Order: sequence, then C-alpha cells, then structure tokens
Amino acid sequence: MASTSAKSRRSLLNGPIARQAALGAFRKLNPVSMARNPVMFVVEVGSVLTTVLLIANAVHHSGHAGFNLQITLWLWFTVLFANFAEAMAEGRGKAQADALRLAKSETTAYRLKAEGSEEIEEVPSSQLRAGDVVRVTAGQMIPGDGEVTDGVASVDESAITGESAPVIREAGGDRSAVTGGTRVLSDSITVRITSNPGETFLDRMIALVEGAKRQKTPNEIALNILLAGLTIIFLLAVVTLQPFAVYAGAPQTVFVLVSLLVCLIPTTIGGLLSAIGIAGMDRLVQHNVLATSGRAVEAAGDVNTLLLDKTGTITIGNRQASEFVAAPGVPSEQLADAAQLSSLPDETPEGRSIVVLAKERYGLRGRELAGLNAEFVPFSATTRMSGIDLEGRSIRKGAVDAISRYLGEHGSQLPPQVRATVEEVAHSGGTPLVVAENGRALGVIHLKDIVKGGMRERFDQLRSMGIRTVMITGDNPLTAAAIAREAGVDDFLAEAKPKDKMDLIKREQAQGKLVAMTGDGTNDAPALAQADVGVAMNSGTQAAKEAGNMVDLDSDPTKLIEIVAIGKQLLMTRGALTTFSIANDVAKYFAIIPAMFAGVFPVLTALNIMRLSTPESAILSAIIFNALIIVVLIPLALRGVKYRPTSAASLLQRNLLIYGVGGLIVPFLGIKLIDLLITAAHLA
Amino acid sequence: MTLNGWLQIAVFIALVLLLAKPMGSYMTEVFERRRTFLDRLLVPVERLLYRAARIDATREMRWTEYLGAMLIFSAATLLLTYVIERLQHLLPLNPQHLPAVSPALAWNTAVSFTTNTNWQSYVPESTMSYLTQMLGLATHNFWSAAVGISLAIAFIRGIARREATTLGNFWVDLTRATLWVLVPISAVFALVLVSQGVVDNLRPYDTAQLVEAQKVTAPGPDGKPATTTVTTQTIAQGPVASQEAIKMLGTNGGGFFNTNSAHPFENPTPLSNLLQMLSIFLIPAGLTVTLGQMVRSPRHGWAVLAAMVILWFAGTLTCYWAESQPNPLFHGVDQRASLTQAGGNEEGKDVRFGVANSALFATVTTDASCGAVNSMHDSFMPLGGLVPLTNILLGEIVFGGVGSGLYGMLIFVVLSVFIAGLMVGRTPEYLGKKIEARDVQLAMLYLLIFPVVILTFSAVSVLAPSFGLSVLANHGPHGFSEILYAYSSATGNNGSAFAGSNWNTPWYNSSIGVAMFIGRFLMLIPMLAIAGNLATKKTIPASAGTFPVTTPLFSLLLTAVILIVGALTFFPALSLGPILEHLLLRAGHSF
Repeated sequence: MASTSAKSRRSLLNGPIARQAALGAFRKLNPVSMARNPVMFVVEVGSVLTTVLLIANAVHHSGHAGFNLQITLWLWFTVLFANFAEAMAEGRGKAQADALRLAKSETTAYRLKAEGSEEIEEVPSSQLRAGDVVRVTAGQMIPGDGEVTDGVASVDESAITGESAPVIREAGGDRSAVTGGTRVLSDSITVRITSNPGETFLDRMIALVEGAKRQKTPNEIALNILLAGLTIIFLLAVVTLQPFAVYAGAPQTVFVLVSLLVCLIPTTIGGLLSAIGIAGMDRLVQHNVLATSGRAVEAAGDVNTLLLDKTGTITIGNRQASEFVAAPGVPSEQLADAAQLSSLPDETPEGRSIVVLAKERYGLRGRELAGLNAEFVPFSATTRMSGIDLEGRSIRKGAVDAISRYLGEHGSQLPPQVRATVEEVAHSGGTPLVVAENGRALGVIHLKDIVKGGMRERFDQLRSMGIRTVMITGDNPLTAAAIAREAGVDDFLAEAKPKDKMDLIKREQAQGKLVAMTGDGTNDAPALAQADVGVAMNSGTQAAKEAGNMVDLDSDPTKLIEIVAIGKQLLMTRGALTTFSIANDVAKYFAIIPAMFAGVFPVLTALNIMRLSTPESAILSAIIFNALIIVVLIPLALRGVKYRPTSAASLLQRNLLIYGVGGLIVPFLGIKLIDLLITAAHLA
Repeated sequence: MTLNGWLQIAVFIALVLLLAKPMGSYMTEVFERRRTFLDRLLVPVERLLYRAARIDATREMRWTEYLGAMLIFSAATLLLTYVIERLQHLLPLNPQHLPAVSPALAWNTAVSFTTNTNWQSYVPESTMSYLTQMLGLATHNFWSAAVGISLAIAFIRGIARREATTLGNFWVDLTRATLWVLVPISAVFALVLVSQGVVDNLRPYDTAQLVEAQKVTAPGPDGKPATTTVTTQTIAQGPVASQEAIKMLGTNGGGFFNTNSAHPFENPTPLSNLLQMLSIFLIPAGLTVTLGQMVRSPRHGWAVLAAMVILWFAGTLTCYWAESQPNPLFHGVDQRASLTQAGGNEEGKDVRFGVANSALFATVTTDASCGAVNSMHDSFMPLGGLVPLTNILLGEIVFGGVGSGLYGMLIFVVLSVFIAGLMVGRTPEYLGKKIEARDVQLAMLYLLIFPVVILTFSAVSVLAPSFGLSVLANHGPHGFSEILYAYSSATGNNGSAFAGSNWNTPWYNSSIGVAMFIGRFLMLIPMLAIAGNLATKKTIPASAGTFPVTTPLFSLLLTAVILIVGALTFFPALSLGPILEHLLLRAGHSF
C-alpha cells in the first residue's frame, strides 16, 4: 500500500470512499451505535421527536407544516452529516487496511513436521499457529510473523514499508524478525511463527486503522464528558425556557425548542470528534508508522523528552575520514598513500571514506592490488588493527592503543606529537586512527561523525516546543559531548548500555515527564516498553516490536520527530474544533432568541442584530448553518489544523484567534448568508 | 456618569489592588504556618484551643476527611443557631422582649448564615434579639467565612502538592483563618466604623418625637384601609459596628438592620461606604496572591486576579452607565447630573451615596457573594439590575465570596485549561497537573448543580400562580426577574434580593433554604474531590510547550470562557427578564 499512498496526499473526497461513507452515514443511525456519542444521540432523539410530531400534525392538519418539515429534515441532516464525517474517516482507514490486507493474501506454508526434522508438509498459511516452524525459500511469501531461526536471506518488504530495496534477515541478532506477507528474494530461511491466526501484527494494525477496534483515548473520554456536561446544561436551559415563556405569554412549539437545543449543544465537535481521532491514526499510517493504540498517538503529543540514537538519527550511519595529520618529519602525501593502500581492500564505509579523502586531497587514484602481490590483513578482535602487506611494506592502521602495542613489538614507540594529535582528535568528537608503516608511526586519520543536515534546526524547533532532546550513544563522553554540541541536542548519554537508557527513562518519568524513544534490538525491549512512546523499527526484533507501542515500517529513527508532530496536530485539531463549536453558540442565540419571542414582544427584534428577515427564516438559518458547518469542517477534521513547531504561548495565541475569535464571527456571517438565500428562495 | 463618580471608582479599585499583595502574602504565611507578627499573641490561644478540642494539629486529612470535618462543624453550628433563635425569648440580652423565631424562619435563617448567604426573610430589628444577632448570627459570619477560606486553601494545596493524598487539616485551617485573619482585621475595622458613627451598644431602642406628624394609610385588621397619625419613631440600636465589620470582611452581607448598609447606623459616611466595599474584596483579592505564592507561580495569581478585575469593570461600567440614564418614562423632568442632584435613576438610592457609589456597591456586593446592599437593586433600571443578577449567575467568582470565590474561579480555570489547552498540542495540563476525565467530570458536575437549582426552582415558581406568583410585588418581566434573582442569590450564597416581594412564605422559605444548602454544600463536594484528585498527580515541569496560565492572553481566555458558559446557560432566561424589561421600558411600559 504504502508505496503509492504514503507520500502522495490523497484527495479528501475520493469518490468511492465518499459513496461508501454516505451509505455508512445511514447505517450509523442505529441508536445503539449513536449512544456512544451523547451529543449526536441527543440530536437523533430530537429528530425522532419532531418527526413523530410532524406526522401527528399532518394527521390533524395543524401546525406550520412547511417550516416544521424543513426543521425536521435539517435535524436529520445534522445527524447524517456527523455520521458521514465518521464514516469518511473510517473509509479512508479502510482503504489503507485493504492495501495492507492485499499483502496478507493466503499462501501456502511449508511447515516442518517437527523442529529439527527435515520432513515438510504443505498447509495454508491461515492454519499456522505460534510455535510452528516453516521453511521459506527464494520467491516465496513469508506466511506469517516470525523469527528467523536458521539461515540468511534477502527479503523484499516493500509490501509493508514501501521501500523497494531488499533487506537482510538472518538468524540471531537484531535482524531476525520477519513479517507475514513479505517475500524472500534469495536464499532460504527457517522461520519460527510467533503469532496465531488473526493476531498477527498486520491483523492488529488493520483492525486499528479500520477503526473497528478503536477504543476512545483518555483525552477523548474526558472531552466527551465535557461535551455531555454542556449538553445537559443546555438541555436544562431549553427545558426551563418553556415555563418562562409560558409565564411571559409566549409558549414555544417543540420544533422551535428542539432547534434551539440542537443549535446550542456542541454538535460541531460532537459530530467530528471520532473522525479527528481516526484521521490522526490514519495520518500516522501515511507516514508508514503503525500505532498499537490511539492512546500512543495522544502520548506522542505530550512527549517532553526525546531519546534519539546518535547513529542513524543524528549522524549519518558511519564515520568519515576528514583529515590526515602526519607525524613530524613525515610528508602528508606519504601518510595519505599508506592510508589509502591499507584501506583499498577495506569494504567498510570508513575504509571507503579514507580512499575518497586521499583522492580528493592528494589526487591519489585507486590502484589495482591484484598486480601488487598484496596481502590484506583484515581487522580482528585480537589485534584490533587492519592493514596490508606488499613488497616489503607492512602498513597497519587501528586505534591508538592497538598501534602503540604494535609499535612496541617493533621496538619503537608512538611519538608524543602523534599522541597529542590523537587526543586532540578525540577531544573534538572524532575518532583517531593511527597509521604505521614498518614499525614507524606515520600519523593520524581523523574519522568524523557527520551530523545530518538540518538536524540543528529541528532540535531548535523541538526546544521551542518545550521538548528536550537527549542523544544516546555508545561513544565515550568526550566524543559524545562534541557531537552533541555540533548537533545542538540538549543532553547526551554517553557509553550508554541498555540499562542506562532504562534508568534515564525512569528518571525522566519520575519527574512527571513523558519520554519517547526508538529502538530495534531485543535489549531495547525493556526500555521501549517503559517509554511512553516506544517506536520499534520494523527491521528490529520481534521482541522490540512487541514492547513498543508503535512500529515504523521505514525503520527510520528520525521519524520520531514527525510522530510527535502528528500527535500534537491531533490534539490541536480537537481543541480548535471544540473552541470553535462553543464560540459558535453566541451567534445562534442572537438568531433564535429574538425569533422565538418577537411575535409576542416586538421590542425583542432589537436583539436581532443580524437583521434576519423573519422568525422562521432566522431559526431555519441557524439550524442549517449548524448542520452545514459539520460538512464544511470535515476536511479540516481529516487533515488536521495547520501545525507549526513553536512555543505553546504563540500556538495558543494563533489558534485562539482563528478558532476562538473566528468561531464567534463566522456564524454571524454564515447565518446571515443562509437567511438571505432561503429568503430569496421563499423557503421561509 | 461623572468624572467625580469615575474617580471614586478608580480610587476603590486602586486600593483593592494595592492591598492584594500584602493581604495575600500574609495569608500565605498564616496557612503555610510560617512566622507572622501576631504569633506571639495568637499561638498560645491556638495551642489552648487544640488542647481543649483534642486536635492533633500535625495530622493531615484526605479530601473526604476534610469534607467530613467541615460538614460536622457546619451542622453543629447550624443547629446551635437554630436553638438560639427558638429560645431567644428565654435568653438574656433581649431588651425588646422579642418572641421566639418561628421554626420555618429560624431554619431558613440558620441555613442562610451557615452557608454564608445571609439571605434575610425577616426584619432583623423586630425579629432577632441582641443575643441572637451576636451569638447566633455574627459568629456564623466568622465561621462561614473561615470555612470558605479553609476550603480555598485546601484547593490551592491540591494544586500545589504533588503525589500527595492529603489537603491539610480542616481544624487548623479553620482556627488560623479565624484567629489570624478574620478576628484581628474585624476588630480594627469595627473601631474605624465606630469613628464614622456606626453605633455599638446593648441599649433598648430609642423613641424620637417626629418634628411633623405623619398620616399613614394602611389596611387595618379588618382589611379595610385605615388612617393613623404617627407622631413618634422607634430608632433601633444594638451592637452594630462589631457585626458590621465581619459582615463585609467575610462577604456575609446579613444586615443588622433591615435596610442593611443603606441604614445610617450601619453605613453612615462616604468613607465608611468605601471601606465597606474595600473589605468585601480584601480577602478574595488577597487569596489570588496566596494562590500564586502557594503554587509557586505568582504570575498565575495575578492572571486570575486580572480576569476578576476585567469582569468587575465590565459590570461596574454597565451598571453605572445604566443608572446614570434618565428614566424614559419621566418626560420633561430634568434628570441630568448637576451640582444639586446626582442625576440618573435616583429611586431606591441614598443621597449619601448617589448613583456612582450605589452602582459600584451593587456590583461589588454581587461580584463577591456578599449581598450587603446600600441601595435597592429592585429599583435599578432594568439593565442596571441585570448587572447584579448576571454577576451572581456567573457563579460569584468575580473576586467572589471569601474562599468560595477563589475555588469557584479555579473550577473555571480548570475548564478553560481543558477547552483551550488542547490547542497547544498537548493534553490539557494546569500548572503541571494533567486535567483528565475525572477532573472534567467533577468540574462539570460543579458547574451543572448551579443552573439546575436556579432554573428548576424558578421554572416551578413561575408556573405556580398560588404559591409562586402570589408573593410578587411586580408582574411581567420584572416579576420574573425577582424570582430568578431570589434563587440565584440563594444558590450563589449571595443573600441580596430584588426586594420587592414578600419571600417569607412556606414555599420560598423552604425552597430558598434548599437552594442555599445545595449552593454551598453540594457544590463543594465535587470541588474538594477535584482538589483531592489533583493532589495525587505528578507535576510535569514547565517548559516552552506548557500551556501558559500566567499571561494576559490567559486572563482574557478565562474571562471569555466564564462569560460564554455563563451567558449560554442563562441568556434565554435573562432575555425574558431584565433585557425584555429594558426594551419594553423604552417602548413606554413599566411593571
């Protein structure tokens, strides 16, 4: 799915989805499902009441039939529009889910009859249970979520991630997890299935995206209580208005009272609330992140501290050579030459970067080693050096202590100037590699961590939003401090072991802060579980994925920052529409109250500040505005309000101005406009 | 409106703002049990009281226990007052030999003073003996105020404490509020009032010979109008100054005399008038500073105070403007302000105070839940009367009653933070405390109780010609306003009235009694529950991403939420009351 839908912004009023949603709007009229939403339930009850009265009036030929009919219709439209909003959001989710489900098509699994045995039986993938062991060979689909127990294979995970480059999956370590529905491209692996049918990772995600299993988040519950409370207050205000009106000699019809009630209760936010929630999950999916609960998305907005792994998030994955610093009396060219020679067979990114630097700085071209009778000395854990032996030259490069020992064996030692250089490089956050030839130190290669472009700006933005960033690295404190300074993070955790990470999270949480982190390894799992937002990389182990509450299908740790933004946007949309909805009521009062009583007390037309043409047109305009505003705001609810990373104070100012003050003004204009239209059309 | 009038209003609010900080800081010291200059005098008294009552002053209470202690205390003192009223004919200090108070009235009055409402269905000087006024009613002026302050302090502790289960000790807060705050200020204030001419004695009433005999026509015992000639006037006496001080300071408002602060023995001079208004706002304004200090965010206290000042100013402006307008029904009458007359609507106002000080007093006494009056709110112009009514309907939170104003305001703060808090992209939090479902539930319950009581009782009353409408002195929208005002005043624990009607009937005595009771005790259960719940929460350290509750924008937001929620609830009713009356008056109708 993701490859097409992830990055491209889908049009909001996608034809088939809208058609489905229109049907869904009627299906959702079922009072059992309406009761989940107290505000809209009250509107539905009001609609039923006016419908019954309309029929009764028709039988007795009494009442103001044309007006009452229009009121009743618009009440029903109000309910339907709210249902349509929810159905739209669900429909968009379903479209994502269907795409996910394609990946889940039934395949044949080759199950080992017993673990260790070579006997294989063919079973449909839907019959696999946790614990079953299957063999998957090149070209076959992996039949379920599991862990590689044997073998190495390249796997095409584009069905899940949208990333077309194949990834390596191998037994043991942090790259052992495989997802059902992905395809093995080469080799063959043995996979132990880790989930039962219907419980796989994909199944859970589909259920969530579809909104079927969606549970209300804590903040949604709290907001619903507020809306229900306001509804009760307005119900009370309207119910007691009738006795007051009777006392004043101006009793009202049920149609008018229900109209007043429906205009006052917060139908705008009540109608859009669940759509906002579903759309938030959906936006996450568009970023190729799957959350296990809506609660996690909400927590993302609240995050105070971000734990970011240095490698891959803050710096590009590998260190690069940035400088050759020669020992006294050694020409730089000689050092560069030796460094390049020793690195030519070295396929690591560091090795390649040395070759590149030698070429850039000294014009040294790559040489064909085959003809030189060279012997490559690979890096080993015991010597902790690598190098090359050719034609009487023996070149070694490695960490300073390893080279010192090597030099000692050759009866020489590291010159003090070289040692000074080494310390300088380490101090600046780099990694020094010492190069020696035939027992003589030539100089130092400065390997540098390259901070990704634009990271400093992003951290500045996060800081202005009140989010602290902490860099996690296995580097020593000196190096870590230098990189932290360069990248602009607020703090760092050096020489970090999984336990340190865990302790840091607990420390932050004890202060009441919410912590977000990413992780992929099994040893990250406890910390992922402890964090308030734990984003597991899809390339990570099953344990990591189970422990976290989100999975990033792209396995991009930088995405944590986007996840926070999506969480904030979800909460802001909710707040903005709540404020808008409540602010709207002021104008509706000025439309309906004078209309209700102007018949008996013509002086009350002074309150008709919009100069609406007749009492009927005023009430009708208010109820039509109230219904239409739901439809008008569906795109906003689905897309979310404009989000820009800045301080809470300026966000509040901006949003209060747009949705608070705007919410006061817009309905005055809208109701007036509708009044002009329906008066022109002679509807009232 | 005159410059002179505005200058007096400006002096008043300037003094309020000037006194807020010293008053607030002092209360912080008192309730955080730091050293104060009165310790040497009061600590021995405090210790003695605790020992006598076997109170462990260090014992902390959960919110339920705090509530329980407060309810027991209120019930006991309520009963005491009831007994004194019923037995006053047997007790000393009754020079006028007043009989026992009737059970219904005794009950209504006991509830009224226990709840800090001071709604008075009776004429004090012809109903209550000196002992009843002193021991039965004035004591409640201290206690109900001290209870209010204690509850506000408990609420502040709920916000300030983190991961705590307790809110303080009710008995200690009550004792310290009384001994350190109310008694010393009242004592000094009473002496100042005496200097202005407020009486304070235990003498029988004086009788004065009228300079000019008056003929009075009134229905006689047979129901026919009978004319009598009056040559003497009874001038009531009593321990007034000592009660007047706490009546204002504790935002109680129950007058020693029937005409309350319009009586020359209660409020003789413009200076005493200014000091009375000042003392209404003194503690409520100070408590906002105490809030800021105790939650370690002084600017938040000021922001809350700013919202109060905005709402106070809006009310004062409207009321003063409305009362300065000529009555449109008086054609050809000079109603302009001049050197010889205050101008505007002088009906029901004392010439000592004029329009400006009457409008200001009416605004202040209803902003706070005081309810003392120096003019007849019933005789205000419709829009002038709309202001006191609206002030009460907003929940008595503009400064508000001592303590109750602050905690009522803080409920609106919680609500504002919840509604607007999401707009900064975080789940709502107030001073580091997450506002969650339970807090919202309790806050909505608090907000709901208030209109339920007012609107339901008003609706029942207007539908019942026999017991509801028969007492009304006026009809049409003004009569409706009187009923709405009565229940608002009772539920809001204000105590003032659109006093055109006779409320001393079984229906109104009992229903208003219930309204006062619910308005005080039922509403503070969810309030204390919120405090208890907030106390248990972790406090998230403030950052740039935290919802700002210290800025002018927040003050404006808070003001808007109060106005919109209040207006949305009561606008339909108000539009059939004062607003309709105003429009009809301009069209030439009066009621």
